[in-house]
Amino acid sequence: MDRNEEVCRVTLPLTKAMATSFRMGERVLLTGPIYTLRDAGHQRLVTLLERGEEPPFPLEGAVIFYVGPTPPLPGYAMGSAGPTTSYRMDPYAPALISRGLRGMIGKGRRGPEVIDAMRRYGCVYFAATGGAGALLSHAIESSEVICWEDLGTEALRLIHVRDFPVTVAIDTEGRNLYDEGPALWREMQNIVTDDIIDRK
Amino acid sequence: MIREFDVKHLTESIERMCGENACDLPYDVEQAIASSLDLEDGEHASALLSELLENARIARKERIPLCQDTGMAVVFLDVGRDVHFSGDPYEAINEGVRRGYKKYFLRMSVVKDPLRRVNTGDNTPAITTIRIVPGDRVTVTLLAKGFGSENMSRLAMLRPADGLEGVLAFVLETVKLAGPNACPPLVVGVGIGGTFDHVALLAKRALARPIGERHPDPFYADFEESLLEKINQLGIGPQGFGGRTTALSLAVNVAPTHIAGLPVACNLNCHATRHRQEVL
Repeated sequence: MDRNEEVCRVTLPLTKAMATSFRMGERVLLTGPIYTLRDAGHQRLVTLLERGEEPPFPLEGAVIFYVGPTPPLPGYAMGSAGPTTSYRMDPYAPALISRGLRGMIGKGRRGPEVIDAMRRYGCVYFAATGGAGALLSHAIESSEVICWEDLGTEALRLIHVRDFPVTVAIDTEGRNLYDEGPALWREMQNIVTDDIIDRK
Repeated sequence: MIREFDVKHLTESIERMCGENACDLPYDVEQAIASSLDLEDGEHASALLSELLENARIARKERIPLCQDTGMAVVFLDVGRDVHFSGDPYEAINEGVRRGYKKYFLRMSVVKDPLRRVNTGDNTPAITTIRIVPGDRVTVTLLAKGFGSENMSRLAMLRPADGLEGVLAFVLETVKLAGPNACPPLVVGVGIGGTFDHVALLAKRALARPIGERHPDPFYADFEESLLEKINQLGIGPQGFGGRTTALSLAVNVAPTHIAGLPVACNLNCHATRHRQEVL
């Protein structure tokens, strides 16, 4: 782990100590293996865990990226690959976090049950820039389908990334950039009330 | 004079626009992002907006889709009343989507059934709305609608007494609830009036209006300005990390409604607002 003033470079997988060292708002560049999984794949993974079966990849230390990429162009490892909205994975995330998942990459808010699990077990939530799929694909060096190929874009993939840019959206102390970022900006602008909304 | 129109031209137009929509950020959207960058003072906001411009540059040059959610195809077809179609225009549109999404390596994001959820494999069907207009031309508008923002859209049947302020509060509440999830900076489409079904269509059509173009009625043009200003005081900012640029643009469409009602719909679009229009 190499932290300088601007950005923090991290090699994956993550240990618990690494996951808990990130701070809200920090810019991080990730290098190493990441698993991609979204709605349908999460449902399959959690169903399998509930039946007491082994997961198709080691959860301890793993980072999951919520993405359903476009098909790669000829000569490319990966198509457009930006994050999908994370709250749809909230029903499944705590079961994975309790089994050693150390990082999630997505965009948007998370539910309290996910944040509780992140704090309790030590798992960090990174945001990648939503809608920047072309840019992010440049940081992906390889991609292979591990299983559930029938799900198409939603299959479980192992990708290798180099300097994949993310921001710590929610850290393991529960500090949340989606709450604090807008509040800070409003404070800077001296906008004190939500007038019309707060009156409701 | 009746104009014979071979629907294969419709297929070709849709096929072409599917590819352009995915990889070429419309000029008006790119300009809006670039201008907001000059005003932005959020801690993370400027870097994020620059990333979006860089993303648009890479997508255009390398033909990689701007966003992996290449959307569900929403088509508005304005058909001149003097046009006669040889062939089925709905099927011609679907064929264009089928070809375009395959040819340009776009994501197949449509399931055949909302509960049983099996992918159709070719991104069809498109959501097509046909309107009869004067003349003998066919105007095709294609929106590639992503669902991160579609999922955060809302509709309400307000009371007439709620008035302008009720509409304002509903739109602000929708944007606030969406927060980071809809990929701000947003393009906001607002429908007011009509019926339960029609108001949603008004809002959807508003998303196709060029950025910065105001409603022709000064009353609604003012309303658009003040709504946009209030949205941009919420502080949500790019990606929801805080900042000035929560919405790039907002457009209102209105229609006559019932004495007992005030329907309002707020359809959100992300910064990757992809729309194209061709006149055939």
